[in-house]
Amino acid sequence: MVGIKSYGAHIPRYRLDRNIMQLALLFLGTGPLRGEKAVANWDEDSITMATAAGKDCLTGEDRDKIDGLYFATTSQIYSLRQNAGIIAGALDIATVSRTADFTDSTKSGTTAMIAAADAIGAGSLSSCLVCVSDCRVGKVSGNADYTYGDGAASFLMGNKDVIATIDGSYSTTHDFVDRRRLEGERLEHMWEERFIRDAGYMNFIPEAVAGLLNKYKLNIKDFSKVIYACSIAGAHSALAKTLGLAPEQVQDPLLMNVGDTGVAQPMMMLVAALEDAKPGDRIMVVSFGQGCDVFYITVTDKITEVKNKKAIKRNLANKAALGSYEKYLAFRKLMPVEIGIRGEEAIFTSFSIVSRENREIYGMVGSRCRKCGAPAWPIQRICPNPDCGAIDQFDPYRFSDKLGNIFTYTADYLAASIDPPSAYGFIDFEGGGRCGLDFTDCDANTLKVGLPMELSFRIKYADEKRAAVNYGWKAIPIIA
Amino acid sequence: MADGIRDKVAIIGMGCTKFGERFDASPQDLIVEAFVECIGDAGLEKKDIQAAWWGVHMPDISVGRGATVLGAVLKLPYIPVTRVENYCTTGTEALRGATYAVASGAYDVCLALGMEKLKDTGYGGLPLAGGMGYKAPLIGFNMTAPGAFAMLATKYFSRYNLNPQEGKMMLAKVSAKSHKNGALNPKAHLRKEVTVEQIMNAPIIAWPLGLFDCCGVSDGAAAAIVCRADMAKNFRQDPVFIKALQISVSSGDEMLYTRWDGTHVEPAYRAGISAYREAGIKNPREEVSMAEVHDCFSITEAVTMEDLQFSPRGRVKEDIDAGRFNADGAQPIQIDGGLKCFGHPIGASGLRMVYEMYKQLQGKADKRQLKNPKIGLTHNMGGFPSNNVVSVCIVGK
Repeated sequence: MVGIKSYGAHIPRYRLDRNIMQLALLFLGTGPLRGEKAVANWDEDSITMATAAGKDCLTGEDRDKIDGLYFATTSQIYSLRQNAGIIAGALDIATVSRTADFTDSTKSGTTAMIAAADAIGAGSLSSCLVCVSDCRVGKVSGNADYTYGDGAASFLMGNKDVIATIDGSYSTTHDFVDRRRLEGERLEHMWEERFIRDAGYMNFIPEAVAGLLNKYKLNIKDFSKVIYACSIAGAHSALAKTLGLAPEQVQDPLLMNVGDTGVAQPMMMLVAALEDAKPGDRIMVVSFGQGCDVFYITVTDKITEVKNKKAIKRNLANKAALGSYEKYLAFRKLMPVEIGIRGEEAIFTSFSIVSRENREIYGMVGSRCRKCGAPAWPIQRICPNPDCGAIDQFDPYRFSDKLGNIFTYTADYLAASIDPPSAYGFIDFEGGGRCGLDFTDCDANTLKVGLPMELSFRIKYADEKRAAVNYGWKAIPIIA
Repeated sequence: MADGIRDKVAIIGMGCTKFGERFDASPQDLIVEAFVECIGDAGLEKKDIQAAWWGVHMPDISVGRGATVLGAVLKLPYIPVTRVENYCTTGTEALRGATYAVASGAYDVCLALGMEKLKDTGYGGLPLAGGMGYKAPLIGFNMTAPGAFAMLATKYFSRYNLNPQEGKMMLAKVSAKSHKNGALNPKAHLRKEVTVEQIMNAPIIAWPLGLFDCCGVSDGAAAAIVCRADMAKNFRQDPVFIKALQISVSSGDEMLYTRWDGTHVEPAYRAGISAYREAGIKNPREEVSMAEVHDCFSITEAVTMEDLQFSPRGRVKEDIDAGRFNADGAQPIQIDGGLKCFGHPIGASGLRMVYEMYKQLQGKADKRQLKNPKIGLTHNMGGFPSNNVVSVCIVGK
């Protein structure tokens, strides 16, 4: 049966208290929502967050049989150069053959899921990783500014050993213009919220749910959880009544603690639902964009074997206050920041290097000596073990999923950074190998020699002159 | 069987500019300033120089690449000129080239000149200048020199159980001593005494290093003329003889393999051993009268005392606390003020250190003059503690 083999999620560590936003923005009026929103670190974007969710999803999974990777977002980084291909490289899925970006509508995450299920069902793919993320920016003080949060989800789809079967789907399409953005624009435009609520959510979601129930002769009571996307807290509650849901059937839309994560919202809600699901549970997922996709799943006995996922719960617990709205503006480049003349030095990006050494740079794949077993990154053709020195006897060795400890470190206030100090150091990895790496998602004063660290795929630098965002793996304190 | 260069080559003239933020001087001005003093000190004419070695580390921000700069600025008469670059050992490498050429018998008289113009960039710290290659930004970390060396301090404190206060105090004493020496040197960039308390309370540059743990960034040039040892006294009565000139380069295992302890600089230890063997020194702690070491950061000087076997491993703090390396101590270090007070115009620094040893051995060090020094040592370390090149030069009467 076609279904979900594994799930994962990512929520950025920083949370911005909407009361802090309100204090900064009161001169422009009051905001529509309280609570807090998850905010991508300065070195995160839709690609890195999707990769983080993908890494979580692949924990304990064999990634050597995956032949598809679908990425869904409305905050795509490249419009020419496939974003899904970057994620496949970062996750070092060497066997991937078909990749695609699903974009332009907040329903494109469910579209990617259904497309993956269809391809596996038809036998044209055997296993497909679906990564979904959004990192959207709205105009300062606008509805989107308050409401949006950043996050990602990922599902490994296959046809054996699934934790949930995908049993059916139903889709609608309407050229409903709630939000829009032209090619080349960064900030979204949004139509009146009352229109979006009444003519949008309250209209299309019941229509799509009814369509699915009708198609498969099901009753809403047959579902233990119903997940439906919604950016308006009040509308989400109202929809529960309209759909006839009991309180325990309603999945929390994460608006108060994460925010509206766009494409990722219903997919993150699905991860949260699966974390609490029991065998036999039936779950419906409804997205919302220019129309809706609906699909439903049935949880299998395999759900009890899922372990070591960060998913939603651990990611929610791993949080730090961003502290100021100005910092958010600086992180999202909504406010020019003086980072010093040192920071203005041009970095040149050579795309022949990026292409030729992609697996080493983006995948953090190094070498492991066949003779003495010493791993190293970057790739060493001559073994760095002074007692070995074997020449050209090595296998590829992936560091990105390994754990390590801080060998030494510093927090550098001279290095140009949007978020000084720049923390970095050497990590000694379990299983061997020492790598010098940037650190991120950490408070400099909590670093110490020996601190356990894991790796996270992040932006290294943006080379705006050459239309490039370059990525690599950085070290972060292990997420409990 | 090779027997090294001990006492085969003599220094018969040296020059050194005033170091500092020389916003008044072009790179060419600095080259001429060092050369004029050097050739005057040697009492030679330009036509006596048979070959030259020219050291500059970052020519892309000053004079451009190649050896033509030196030939064109000094109007050298079509002699062989070689440009050398080897990180912070660049100045010493220029001297090594000139010295080895004379020792080989190829020439009788050679010039070594090093210069660096760092203050045309508009910012503090060492320039980036794309010097690590195109791949570095893709895989490297967002680091600076203070950060790279701060990691040496973090690890040293951790390994030897120094709490931040104790560790920073040890390092503060290193810098305070150099500032005291530099205050007496008219050619130094920074000429102000600084208290241990001021140093401890200075803003952090890269934890745990504060402002006064870091050497300045400055412009400068220095030069030496060397000749065959047996002809040195034809030029002057007080030549200084080169006893050893060695370098050692990391083999990559420190940064990639998990053996290096992170609290020392392996090539410094290795270059020291090679240089002591060449110079015939058995007990460096007793036999080396004075040294100019590469104190780009206070921690670098501290661990270098151990690497060069002036202090036992892990115990430099005792020697620092006892004042061993002060001007009036048993083994004065950085008697001219060091990189700490001179700043570090990279191509010039190695020759600037030798300049001080040369003047001390000749008894011409003015207010800084030590009592009858016999052996002087200079040390440069370029790159990062985890991957570097180290030079050690030993000179004597």
